[in-house]
Amino acid sequence: MTRRTAALLGLAALPVAVLGVFFVLPVAGMLDRGFWPDGRFDPGAVGEVLTRPRTGRVLWFTVWTSTVATAAAVALGLPAAHVLHRLRFPGRGLVRGLLLVPFVLPTVVVGVAFRQLLREGGPLGGLGLDGTPAAIVAALVFFNVAVVIRTVGATWEGLDRRPAEAAAALGAGPWTVFRTVTFPALRPAVVSSASVVFLFCATAFGVVLTLGGSRYASVETEIYLLTVELLDLPAAAALSVLQLVVVVGLLAVAGRARTVADPQVARSVARPARPRAADLPLLAVTALLLAAAATPVATLVVGSLRTDDRWTLAFYRALGSTADGTLVVPVTEALANSLRTAVDATWMSLLLGLLVAVTVTRRSRTRAERRLRAGLDGFFMLPLGVSAVTLGFGFLITLDRPPLSLGASPLLVPVAQALVALPLVVRTLVPVLAGVDDRQRQAAASLGAGPLRTVLTVDLPVLWRPLLAAAGFAFAVSLGEFGATSFLARDDRPTLPVVIFRLIGRPGELTYGTALAASVVLALTTAAVLLLVERLRVPALGAW
Amino acid sequence: MLSLAHVDVAYDGTPAVVDATVEVPDGAVVAVLGPSGCGKSTLLRTVAGLEQPTRGTVAWEGRDLAGVPTHKRGFALMFQDGQLFGHLTVARNVAYPLRLRRARGVAERVAELLDLVGLTGYADRLPGTLSGGERQRVALARSLAADPRLLLLDEPLSALDAGLRERLAADLHGILRAAGTTTLVVTHDQEEAFALADRLVVMRAGRVVQQGPIADVWAHPADPDTALFLGYARVLTGPAAARVLAAAGTPGAGPVAVRRSALALDPAGPLAGTVRSARATPDQVRLVVDVEGVGEVDAVAGPGAAAAPGDAVALAVDPARTAVVSDGP
Repeated sequence: MTRRTAALLGLAALPVAVLGVFFVLPVAGMLDRGFWPDGRFDPGAVGEVLTRPRTGRVLWFTVWTSTVATAAAVALGLPAAHVLHRLRFPGRGLVRGLLLVPFVLPTVVVGVAFRQLLREGGPLGGLGLDGTPAAIVAALVFFNVAVVIRTVGATWEGLDRRPAEAAAALGAGPWTVFRTVTFPALRPAVVSSASVVFLFCATAFGVVLTLGGSRYASVETEIYLLTVELLDLPAAAALSVLQLVVVVGLLAVAGRARTVADPQVARSVARPARPRAADLPLLAVTALLLAAAATPVATLVVGSLRTDDRWTLAFYRALGSTADGTLVVPVTEALANSLRTAVDATWMSLLLGLLVAVTVTRRSRTRAERRLRAGLDGFFMLPLGVSAVTLGFGFLITLDRPPLSLGASPLLVPVAQALVALPLVVRTLVPVLAGVDDRQRQAAASLGAGPLRTVLTVDLPVLWRPLLAAAGFAFAVSLGEFGATSFLARDDRPTLPVVIFRLIGRPGELTYGTALAASVVLALTTAAVLLLVERLRVPALGAW
Repeated sequence: MLSLAHVDVAYDGTPAVVDATVEVPDGAVVAVLGPSGCGKSTLLRTVAGLEQPTRGTVAWEGRDLAGVPTHKRGFALMFQDGQLFGHLTVARNVAYPLRLRRARGVAERVAELLDLVGLTGYADRLPGTLSGGERQRVALARSLAADPRLLLLDEPLSALDAGLRERLAADLHGILRAAGTTTLVVTHDQEEAFALADRLVVMRAGRVVQQGPIADVWAHPADPDTALFLGYARVLTGPAAARVLAAAGTPGAGPVAVRRSALALDPAGPLAGTVRSARATPDQVRLVVDVEGVGEVDAVAGPGAAAAPGDAVALAVDPARTAVVSDGP
């Protein structure tokens, strides 16, 4: 083994160990429960689950809602990406930031906001969409359109204008230019963002659970129902395996789509142009999107301030109480828990993400080394593919007994959340590190700079903003994380999303109003973090 | 003194450098010349410690450098495109190696180096605002600031346009002599090599095919391919070679490499031929002449010469512009 390989493994050791204990082990434990129900291998039960009519329905529902939501997100996201990344107008940065907010709004909050919007007596109650698949699809689009805008926008921003101008000079009209020159250049970004959106839609948990109830279930919520309410572990394990296989396949597609571009090519950031008349339809779509993003949030805020047709702060005052004993601790304390947990989850995911990003982006010298790095890269993306519910449940059944009695550890929740945030952190840092010309590091070394000094000179100046941005994302993800946390948060130490979900499950105007108020607080906290990130002007969400 | 002994370097089992034995004496400027892809850059990177040899040794003053990391070798490597740190000013780029060593009098030394490379007053500029030639000069100053035991230059001038290249080549020659720095420079451009170096190492397909003082290599190319790479226009063999050598009045028989200007129009010349084509340039008229007993060769005439295709002409040979070549493979 060469010294380089040893150094590579040394860097990767901590993330691999953490992922091994807190990811592979729980997921394996979950599968063990499913395939070896009584200590012997019994795949029959799993096969039986997969042929159940309900499983088929759940699977079909997941596939079609995700497909429709992905198509809609791409169709709406492309015009907005053009407007926000190629045109110049006042308030552009603000609009960009606002359209990013839905993506990091806690899923539970999105669910609550859409219910408030569509329920009988709500602003759009007349549409009769409450409790329909259309509501779920709308919420999924609301949630994911930012991914398309950011991923495609970042590529579009860096596209050289000259090929398009050359095509125009050869006689191509605007549409032909887009079809023959611009879109082919954007295709890798579009394909990879679409595959990631599909992934997010197919594994969405909070949104589907709050809007679909038990009538409409996706694979993810079905796993939750099977484990928590029906205690049918073989069935849950079977669905987990199915989901894992599909998701790994999707990740492979996304990975192929994103390796097309050469990361080392310096991107020329074209100067944004003033909007022209031809851009009007695109501007209209963007305005519509902005309105569509604002409506549920506005409804949520209004709902939290009104009772019996008058304005009130009663629901906000109730945040300090336990809502007539529905809760073990007041909402304010849950918020404090959430913030504390988010701080821990943030430093954990940053530490791991940084190690992973450095490991996978260093230049490989041999084919074996390259393969090792590619393998590690894929391994660290796995948390993206395993449902947070599976992860949370796996934690519960494997880490709560010897030799790892961590059940009572206050670090269990942040660790799970850090793993959920890890792919996002890695994907924000990797393009930046991969874009650094390795010869810069070699130049520093040849002038006498040691490894640490080289990092300080070459990597840190380009990395600190993305690092801060990644910290913001990890923080936001942790604040909103619901799937794994719902299993792991102890009753006396709940996080805010867990409390909100408990509140909306109870009847009564005060509890519902308190849930709305709590959602507003959570949304505001997250949005504040996100707008801070936006000020750093990092191509957020990275390259998928 | 840098000495490479039987060095092999391979990428994934594909050999890039094979059995290279090269010495760079103290204070000398040695150029490694070869076409692109011949392994010369790999050789340079191996000296810098950026690649590991699969066989053989790289040694400094007799001490094997295996296991010594790049930053402890004391060899400054200057890249083809400079690789300045874009977020640091010119002065801070040049000061970088000085600060690393916590040297005293950084500001004075930086000013001195900027003077040396002709960039007085550029201290506070950012690299992004400089032209290609200016960037290369800053990179050179930064490399010299490291006070390297050995300076490694990777195609230092090839990123520049022709006029600038010529000027900077002359400057670089002067700067390197003034600083007395032992230098290994890699280039595919024979003019750059001649402008900078005292000694020449010619590489082809991963192997060193010839090395020696620059005039010797120039006068006695090791084989026909080397002769062509060194800028000779043609290599003549057999009776054609014998006839040209006889006309030049030089003894010998082997293949002979002739420069484009080795044969010139001269009414008293011993060779007779028919002009095949003529092309005027500002300095001279370039001809292709079918010479009796030799075949088609290049020749030149004065700028005013009236030589048109079909004319019968006489040619003289300038022995200084021919070289007898060892029999190649």
